[in-house]
Parts: sequence; C-alpha cells; structure tokens
Amino acid sequence: MPGSTVCRVLVPSGVLGSGCPAQAFERGLSLAPHVIAVDAGSTDSGPHYLGAGVSKMTRKAVKRDLRQLMIGRARLGIPLLIGSCGTSGTDMGVDWTAEICEEIAAEEGQAVKVALIYSEQSGTRLADLLASGAVAPLPPAPPLTKERLAECDHIVALMGYEPFAAALSEGADIVLAGRTTDTAVLAAVPLMRRLPAGPSWHAGKIAECGGLCTTSTRRGGVMLFIDEEGFEVEPLHIDNSCTPYSVSAHMLYENADPYLLKEPGILLDAAQATYVAATDRRVRVTGTRCRTMPYTMKLEGSGRVGFRTMVFSAIADPKVLEQLGGWMTGLRERLVAGITSVLGYEEDDYGLEFRPYGWNALAPPCASETAPVPHEVGLMTLVTAADQERATEIAKFCNPMLLHFPLSPEDPLPSFAFAFSPAEVELGPLHEFKLNHVVAVDDPLALTRMVHFTTGQGKRRAVA
Amino acid sequence: MPLLKDIAKYVRSKNAGPFWVTIDIFCKDEPTFRQLCAAEPLKPEALARLYGVALEHVAIFRDEPLKVIKISFPRAVVQGSAQDVDSHAGQYFVPLLNVPICDMRHPPPR
Repeated sequence: MPGSTVCRVLVPSGVLGSGCPAQAFERGLSLAPHVIAVDAGSTDSGPHYLGAGVSKMTRKAVKRDLRQLMIGRARLGIPLLIGSCGTSGTDMGVDWTAEICEEIAAEEGQAVKVALIYSEQSGTRLADLLASGAVAPLPPAPPLTKERLAECDHIVALMGYEPFAAALSEGADIVLAGRTTDTAVLAAVPLMRRLPAGPSWHAGKIAECGGLCTTSTRRGGVMLFIDEEGFEVEPLHIDNSCTPYSVSAHMLYENADPYLLKEPGILLDAAQATYVAATDRRVRVTGTRCRTMPYTMKLEGSGRVGFRTMVFSAIADPKVLEQLGGWMTGLRERLVAGITSVLGYEEDDYGLEFRPYGWNALAPPCASETAPVPHEVGLMTLVTAADQERATEIAKFCNPMLLHFPLSPEDPLPSFAFAFSPAEVELGPLHEFKLNHVVAVDDPLALTRMVHFTTGQGKRRAVA
Repeated sequence: MPLLKDIAKYVRSKNAGPFWVTIDIFCKDEPTFRQLCAAEPLKPEALARLYGVALEHVAIFRDEPLKVIKISFPRAVVQGSAQDVDSHAGQYFVPLLNVPICDMRHPPPR
C-alpha cells in the first residue's frame, strides 16, 4: 500500500507541442497535482535541431500547449516545469520558449514568476574541463579532443533535477529549462519533497513519453503518484488504462539497457522492480533501486559539416532496372569525370551519392544482393559540398545525365522521370552529432545559469 | 526451417540515442520465448556478423516477464550523418526477420 506522503505529478504529454486532449488535462487537474511537468525536447529527430538551434515543433503548437498548461497551473497555484526547451535545449530554445510564455501571459493577464535555466556550453569552457581531465567518453566514442569541440556549433549539458529545485526555492512559478534529462524534469518535485530516489526517478522514466506507457497512446499523458515505497501511474484520460505490461514494456523503448538508467549523480536499477495492477487502469511499481554515482552531465554537440542539394528522379524502364547497379556505376564515372573537367572540382571536394529507393537504398543493413528487379525505382541523388551554391552547381551539372544517361553509348537517348521543376532541391546545412561524452562536476549547478523575471515587467534578474 | 518473422509476435527497432540502436523481439508465449532465447542466429556472434559490429558491443537482454529479447549495439553510421539512410533506425530490424529459427521439438540432425 502507498505510504502517507504522496507526490502527484501531472505529465500532460510526451513532448510540449504534441497536445493533450482538454478532457484528459481537466481530469488531471481534478486529481490535485503538486506540479505539472513536461519535456520539450529530444535528440530523436537528428542533429539539425541542435546544430541550428531551432525547434522541431511549430511555434503555434508549442503556444497552444503552453497556454493550456499556464492556465491550468494558475488555477491550482502549482509550479510548471518544462525541460529541454525548443527541442535541443540550447539558449536560443530557452529564449524562444520564454518569448512565447510572455506572449501568453500578456494575453491571459497573468503576472507570473518565471525562471529560465540555461545549460548551453562554450567550446572554450569545455576545452578547459577537458584539459583538467573532467571529460570522459561513453562507449563506443573515442576520447574527446579540442579539435572535436571546435567542430561543434552548439553544445548542451544535460541537467539533473537540482537546477529545477533551486529555481523553485527562489519562488519560480514556471521553470523553462535548457537541455535536461527527460526523467529529471518529472522527478524534480518528488525529490524536492524528499521522496526516495528509486520511485522518483523510475516514475519519471515511465512517464517521459507521456501516454506511451498506456494502452491507448494518443489520449494525453499520465498522472504519477510517488510515495515512500514506490509509485503508481494512471492515464489522465478516464477511458484509457495502464497495465503492468504497458508500463513495464516502456522500459524497453529507446533504451539500450532496459534495467539500468544513468542519470546525473544516480544509477537507476529497475531489474528487480515489480509491476502490479492497483486498479483496472492504474499500476503500482515497487522494488526499484538507486545507487549514488559521481555527478556527471552528458554532453550533446552538433556541428555543420556541409550543405546538400538533392535531385529525385524515377526509373521504370525494365531494361535499365535489370542492370541498375551497372547503370549507376557508369553514371557515376561519367559525372565525376565531368565535374572535374568542366567544374574543376576534385572528387574529395564534394560528395555524390545515389540512393535507389525500391532497390537497396537502405544498404546496409537492409540491402540484399539477391533483391529482385523492382517495378520502378526512385533515385535520390545527393550532392554534399562546403557551401550551398557549390552543392547546387554540381547537382545542376548532374541534371542532364540523370535525365538521359543510357545503358550503353549505342542506345538511343532515354529520358527518365523527373518529379519536379526545378529538379534541384536545396536541403540546406548538414549537421552531425559530434559528442558522446560526459563531464564530471562537483556542483550540479556549476555548468548552469539562471535568470528570473516576472511576466509583463520587462526586467530580468540573473542569478550567479 | 521457419524464419523469425513466422515465429515472433512483433519485431521493432529504434534509436537509443544517436549512437545506438535497439531491437525488441516480442514473443507470443513462453515456449516461443525459450525457443528464441536458444536460437543461434540471435546469439551475439551471429548478430555481430549480421550487423557488422564488434562482438563486445552487442548487448542482449532476455526479459522473462515481458517475453522479449532485446538486442542493442552501436550504429555503424551515426544518426543524421551524411551516410545515414535511416535516421530513427526504424528499419534496422528487417534483416532479422529472415533468420532461420530451429524448432526445438525437431532439432536438425547433428
């Protein structure tokens, strides 16, 4: 049975901007939560969002969700915590979300105390930490180098729960934070209320994707009830349910290890956890263990490596499809020779890649040498170069050959199917993840910065 | 010999961060789970070969209550890099579907 002290956390969705049905959210508010907490980011959509410092979610979707949460928060007078603002949790992401928050506050007539927590890191600061031996690689990464740091356009350090606790202690109503572990945002208030680490962190892990731990995943998020011995979880929506299977299976999702979870200063061990039905829609979890670990923050870094331009054409001619591999080899040779002789670019100055969708484009690991001749193939031609102009210049040079390259020189000129005009599509900058490392810190707040302000009053106060 | 796709209830793959991929094989019942736990093509050596990764990086978890076999290993191509063709690693499970699974009731002759 639950102990006497219970902390209730309303998790409206898996990510700010994905929406929570009004009926589900209202029911959550009726359960008297101590906090509303949600994550706004992830690396799941790739390196572009961190590299460019832009949000994956549209501004309007984020504003719709934030308005719902701010109105609910004000009605109950409870804190609202949002982690990893603007998808990647860069300083730009925090400021972008703060601007939306101020807009809503003005529209709703709310004077609300906001804390902004930043965790973006400069390459030079990290180079100093690297020199002092504080940075370690995670498998399978090699040790970090100064050069690697310099390749990053944005670097963020994943915060634990402590900066949120500090902001709430300062009296914040709303905390908008940079990159944070999904789990820490949800575990922050239970941990502040001195509930044990095992149930607090495990509850956060189970609810990090909102309704994904329920049987009907598109009906809004969940409510967490953390107590001295364990925690319980149930869907916000009355017509949805959590089962021991739906909850325990969530530990598999996007986790390399389904039992051990490393968080700042903590190793969560759920190997011995038991999941039982408390009601037909609510699950109780006990037996989670936690070990205190040296305090480390995971680093994420992304940097631009070039620009890309794409041409997408289609081939249905059965003669060409029977010899597609050979046709592409010949096409490539012809293009590379022309790019050198006409444009003056050597092969290591740019990238030219064919992805024949419908015939082994996913190679490896999905390609098969014995794949049958397809009915038609969509040929994606990707050009990568140091700048957009050069990538497009090379793609334009490829255009006539992509349209007319014959199987053999004696063949009459074929024409393949171009999908649009202009045929060249500029894909913009190409970013790559550069870091898979952790940095050790003595103080959980050491690499964070905090700013407090009250909406509608303009003045912002930085806390050292 | 039956293939994994004939035996498993559901197989899926997904990124576990930008540098790792994880594959979950869900089984419909306990005998199937035991059969897949014993299957040679689902052992670390075979998986390392199939996916072209170092043996020491292949991690396998066998969860009895869920009847799930979980396989995790580093991505050969980091998510979103120039050569990446599957950003979320959503199709990495496909090569596993056609691995042969020995029927334990009728083991092949030695």
